[in-house]
Amino acid sequence: MDLINFEATELRLGLPGSSTDEPEIKSTTSPVNTNKRSSPEMDSNVSDENGSSRSPPPTKAQVVGWPPVRSYRKNILQGRKSDQPEMGSGMYVKVSMDGAPYLRKVDLKVYKSYGELLKGLQEMFKCIIGLYSEREGYKSEHAPTYEDKDGDWMLLGDVPWEMFITSCKRLRIMKSCEVIES
Amino acid sequence: MAYSFPEEVLEHVFSFLASQKDRNAVSLVCKTWYEMERWCRKRIFVGNCYAVNPRIMIRRFPEVKSVELKGKPHFADFNLVPEGWGGCVYPWIVEIARGYPWLEEIRLKRMVVTDESLELISKSFKNFKVLILSSCEGFSTDGLAAIAANCRNLRVLDLRECEVEELSGHWLSHFPDSFTSLESLNMACLSYEVSFSALERLVSRSSNLKTLRLNRNVPIEKLSILLQRAPQLVDFGTGAYSSEIRSDTYSSLAEAFSGCKKLKSLSGFWDVVPAYLPAVYSVCSQLTSLNLSYATTQSPDLSKILGQCHNLQRLVVLDYIEDTGLDTVAMSCKDLRELVVFPSDPFVADANVLLTEQGLVSVSEGCSKLQSVLYFCRQMSNSALISISKNRPNLTCFRCCILEPRAPDYLTFEPLDIGFGSIVENCKQLTRLSMSGLLTDRVFEYIGTHAKKLDMLSIAFAGDSDLGLHHVLSGCESLRKLEIRDCPFGDKALLANTSKLETMRSLWMSSCSVSFGACKLLGQKMPRLNVEVIDERENLDSIPEDAHVEKVYIYRTVSGQRPDMPDFVRTMGKDKDEVYNLS
Repeated sequence: MDLINFEATELRLGLPGSSTDEPEIKSTTSPVNTNKRSSPEMDSNVSDENGSSRSPPPTKAQVVGWPPVRSYRKNILQGRKSDQPEMGSGMYVKVSMDGAPYLRKVDLKVYKSYGELLKGLQEMFKCIIGLYSEREGYKSEHAPTYEDKDGDWMLLGDVPWEMFITSCKRLRIMKSCEVIES
Repeated sequence: MAYSFPEEVLEHVFSFLASQKDRNAVSLVCKTWYEMERWCRKRIFVGNCYAVNPRIMIRRFPEVKSVELKGKPHFADFNLVPEGWGGCVYPWIVEIARGYPWLEEIRLKRMVVTDESLELISKSFKNFKVLILSSCEGFSTDGLAAIAANCRNLRVLDLRECEVEELSGHWLSHFPDSFTSLESLNMACLSYEVSFSALERLVSRSSNLKTLRLNRNVPIEKLSILLQRAPQLVDFGTGAYSSEIRSDTYSSLAEAFSGCKKLKSLSGFWDVVPAYLPAVYSVCSQLTSLNLSYATTQSPDLSKILGQCHNLQRLVVLDYIEDTGLDTVAMSCKDLRELVVFPSDPFVADANVLLTEQGLVSVSEGCSKLQSVLYFCRQMSNSALISISKNRPNLTCFRCCILEPRAPDYLTFEPLDIGFGSIVENCKQLTRLSMSGLLTDRVFEYIGTHAKKLDMLSIAFAGDSDLGLHHVLSGCESLRKLEIRDCPFGDKALLANTSKLETMRSLWMSSCSVSFGACKLLGQKMPRLNVEVIDERENLDSIPEDAHVEKVYIYRTVSGQRPDMPDFVRTMGKDKDEVYNLS
């Protein structure tokens, strides 16, 4: 992650531009609304004790880990809503790779297509991943699969991208040989 | 003189000491008592798995039958601790398998439990009886299958809010037909369908079964079958509580519930269809615990049930209950000890439900035994908090989460300092507090002055300066767990209270103003503290000392630096040379 971009999005208290610790502090523009973090703005009716007021919040953005509700609790109810992806909140799903000791998380909203997603996954796990094709079979050692809303494990690539991101619950990069066997 | 007292008598006296605190105190009296006590301690609780290593524990306490461990910091529940941070139980299981072959119980919370660990557990302890995994992850249904297949004397298998990799539902079928000792099964967190006939047979042959919490996948039509097989159940969790309304399903369900004369606790109710709720009316008056937090039912239906729950002690609901539903609770549930209200739609700015601070005030007025509160709401006022504190000075746990960070008193637009101040001043037995809303350093002054029994404090988006943190660290004599996020607290308060930190289990600070340099100093100064900086930025080595860390987790330990840190975690001040060294 680029340190420069990170600083712009980092959650801080204090007026914009007031922290002088890091020499690489950038401009005082309002924080970029990445899917990871954004600063929680106070109610625009309230000024802080110095008498200066914060600017009114641009959008209702989310803060990581707030409110303090466990993720499985958030999902219970979201499953009941329409199939729209959450607005402005990122769609983080877990990614496991057979043989890797730790899981990772990716934000599906960052990608626009399967191609971009695979590229991102390849960089993350330092491996080659290929989609399955009826004609050519598995193009590489690793095959991407995902668990959909119904709990079924599916191969990546069969459904249109938009449908995929609303139904994908988690990803698993399997060894291609195991996919054939199962 | 102590040594003229026969050992057998001492041992007998010690056997009445259940609490670890008492046993720890007893073992400090003299060497004889230390020796006596360590040989007869049967249960161990380790609140931070990195505070001590298992060999030390096994060496001192050779006859332990029950081990309880906790791993990750509490804020891991809200995704503030990155994946791979640690908390793996496997090294502990290896040592315990060697040191305690007759171990009977393992309880784990917020730990990474692999299938390998579960397999080792299932094969190492011949008399294994109780496995409780709370908020754990890292294992799959294969691990559960190993437990089911190998633990012949298992009584309790309790998976509380775990993240399980579900490969199939077959694990349940691994319990052999000869297995009849099951007393408690909680699989509510799983989503794969298990074989219903295997489940039915298991329930039928487990005559001691008291707790059965099903997963969402068990359909409502099948519930009556299970309840008929186990009318002795004390604690029952339904699966999905919905289907097309059929009168025969309804009537057999209602009849099955009415046959459960010992039922005291109900939960589940996913996807609830209100028309099926009256099936539980016959048991309402018996219930002491009711969890409707997955039931997206509206207030009138909830009120109809709650109005009959005269013996209820614990209630967990969604904010669909609204103020009117809580009024019903206040009137009908006079024995209520614990109230939890979760938000149905935490990310929507405007309330779509009529739940305000008034509901909580109402319950605090009507329920004289109320001790524990976890309440999510969208508005709060100082006057409401003051009322609550005056109504219920017997509160021991008060957690109030206003959804909007730094929200002021919605009536006066002032900070909520005096409201929360009133809580700590009036509720003298308060051991746990979580605050939210607009708060200045003043509230911390109140806390430091009054909250003398406070054991755990959670703070977010609060305070103005280091003074706030200093008030807490210098004033709260009983404080053991402190977790802080997004507050302007920094080096000064930490470095002025270093010895306090050794009296606590742990301190978590994220998105605050703590510098790398201060962490290093603290780690150098306090050899029995691990000052773990968690920072996922690249080029960590080139960040200057006065830069702020992303997150720091400080805990006392007798085991030194832990050997399993991932690359984004550094223990500060322990290496003589470069602090940011990746080694």
